[in-house]
Amino acid sequence: MATLKEQSKQEELFTGGHRLCAGCGIPPIVRTVFRNYDTPIVASVATGCLEVATTVYPYTSWKVPLIHSAFENSAATISGVETAYRALKKRGKIPADKKIKFIAFGGDGGTYDIGLQSLSGALERRHNFLYLCYDNGAYMNTGVQRSSATPFGSATTTSPAGSVVPGKQERRKDLTRIVVAHNVEYAAQGSPHNWSDLSRKTSKAIAVEGPTFLNIISPCPLGWYSKPQDSIQLAKLAVETCYWPLYEVEKGVLKVNYKPKEKKPVAEWLKVQGRFKHLFMPGNESMLEDIQKNIDDEWATLLALDGKHLY
Amino acid sequence: MAISTATKKQAGLTGNSAVAYAMKQINPDVCPAYPITPSTGVVEEFSSYVADGAVETEFITVESEHSAMSACIGASAAGARVMTATSSQGLALMWEMLYIASGMRLPIILTNVNRALSAPINIHCDHSDSMGARDSGWIQLYSETVQEAYDNLFQAVRIAEDKDVLLPAMVCLDGFITSHAIENLTLLEDSEVQEFIGEYRAEHTLLDTDNPITYGAMTLQDSYMIFKHQQSEAMARAKDVVKRVGKEFGEKFGRGYGLFEEYMLDDAEEAVVVLNSAAGTTKVAVDELRKAGRKVGLLKPRLFRPFPFREIAGAMKGVKAIAVLDRADSMSGFGGPLFTETRSALYELEARPKVVSRIFGLGGRDFKVKDAVEVFDELQKIKKTGKVETLTKYITL
Repeated sequence: MATLKEQSKQEELFTGGHRLCAGCGIPPIVRTVFRNYDTPIVASVATGCLEVATTVYPYTSWKVPLIHSAFENSAATISGVETAYRALKKRGKIPADKKIKFIAFGGDGGTYDIGLQSLSGALERRHNFLYLCYDNGAYMNTGVQRSSATPFGSATTTSPAGSVVPGKQERRKDLTRIVVAHNVEYAAQGSPHNWSDLSRKTSKAIAVEGPTFLNIISPCPLGWYSKPQDSIQLAKLAVETCYWPLYEVEKGVLKVNYKPKEKKPVAEWLKVQGRFKHLFMPGNESMLEDIQKNIDDEWATLLALDGKHLY
Repeated sequence: MAISTATKKQAGLTGNSAVAYAMKQINPDVCPAYPITPSTGVVEEFSSYVADGAVETEFITVESEHSAMSACIGASAAGARVMTATSSQGLALMWEMLYIASGMRLPIILTNVNRALSAPINIHCDHSDSMGARDSGWIQLYSETVQEAYDNLFQAVRIAEDKDVLLPAMVCLDGFITSHAIENLTLLEDSEVQEFIGEYRAEHTLLDTDNPITYGAMTLQDSYMIFKHQQSEAMARAKDVVKRVGKEFGEKFGRGYGLFEEYMLDDAEEAVVVLNSAAGTTKVAVDELRKAGRKVGLLKPRLFRPFPFREIAGAMKGVKAIAVLDRADSMSGFGGPLFTETRSALYELEARPKVVSRIFGLGGRDFKVKDAVEVFDELQKIKKTGKVETLTKYITL
């Protein structure tokens, strides 16, 4: 793995000038991931923030070939591209020694929800690609609507903090474990605040011949109602409160990559985000307790699996 | 499937087998497909060719038709020659992606074995599936017989990949009636097919990593309409390419194709317009009525998208009464899609004929020679009285 200094000197394959928000978690994720490739890349992207803000015709931020076709099919689309690569190579239309790696991007809406079937199919068919989900916890591109990745209690524009229903009432879907259940060789959760962990995980994922998966938390000032300058701190806090554990599953073995010496209370992460403001109002104490209890339970479950074979 | 090894190959094949065999001869780079009745046979037989090494194609057994078309789009944008097949709900599930394939100007080839759309569920033939996709920017070729479906597939490749066109193309044939019935047909040699279709070389591909391009960019008020205009112009140009390719096919293989087939239309005063297999049935009715001295004829569109409105009007000049038979209802209260377009095309004629819409054969309902005769009898009455009692109605109910 290249050092940070070496990485900083690499050509940017995802350039500036795009229209993503100040403080958006997506650009540092994409740039960190791209810096770990030593082969040409071809990418697909689901409809969403990453796509609409970086490809406004006649401009593009992408110095790698990119295809966006629709919202729910980033995985199916890249499966076609990757298959064409094998087909054309077999026929000698691409030099035999030309190596290309394939990556599909999607937000949590395009991955946890509408694109889950497409992702599942592409994983099951063992296409040689990395799927990267940037999880900002709601449909941020269209104005912060609830997704199945939205945290319990969070206010969104379709799960508002009302006088009767105080925000989203359901727990998140555990997508990383759903992907692991496809017996992929490598799947991991990462965060943009920890570049070396994310770089190492990217390198591991792209070394695999077959489907791999990265689920990366992506702070969103717009939807989290947080300050742009706090985004990387918020990503770090999500990890230190164990809301977003850093772990990987390699060849079926789960490994927790970061165990905080002192697990911070989740309230520290929640209270600096406007989407959870109502949880700190009188009468909602039990929801805060529920959130902490869920995190404690899930963290305990994860620790119990640390070092174990999942399949 | 038994195919003789004689030089000029004659074979008895079902429509599905003939399509699968044509795909084998085309030997595309990538075929993403999802099985659905009644086109399943195409996908099954083609997978056998893949399993037996008879083709070099990479076959992707996707988990849905939506992913089938998504993978077609990815593979085509990567520079591959791509084919797939589907029917009915499968085409409906692809609907979103059909527009993206054409908007990206990707020459993907799809065989649609026509089947009714739910609800109520029905597995048999009508054209509601492909008619539902008529505005998706795909070229549509319709096929009366197994031979036509087979021949259309090779021509579709040439038309779609033509530099003046670059649009996806759909070849339609009737579910069960054509897809599952065995007909005699003349096959081409593999070498003839390869020579006719040529090698596909895409101009801009995702795999050209030295020259990165962005497919599917965000276009706003300043550019979206320009792209749509270019697409519309390409579709209009496709008509001449269809004619040119059909003529060349005829010169090479003895079976020429145009935009539509005219059957006894020259001096006809009453005519039926109908797509696909029902045209065969109608021809028998025309033959019978001609024997009785009636001036009846048939126009069978082959190309529905783009719609050859000027040519159809030219061919129908002089016809007094016309029934457009639709095996699909557009639920407009005004008749089927073939009717509204044909009638609109005929508006340009100075002596406008009477034109009625008749919906027939939905969900595989039989359309017999006597049904066609009844239509002609009604047209005779319309011609004589100059009056149309019912503009739009269901027949074969």
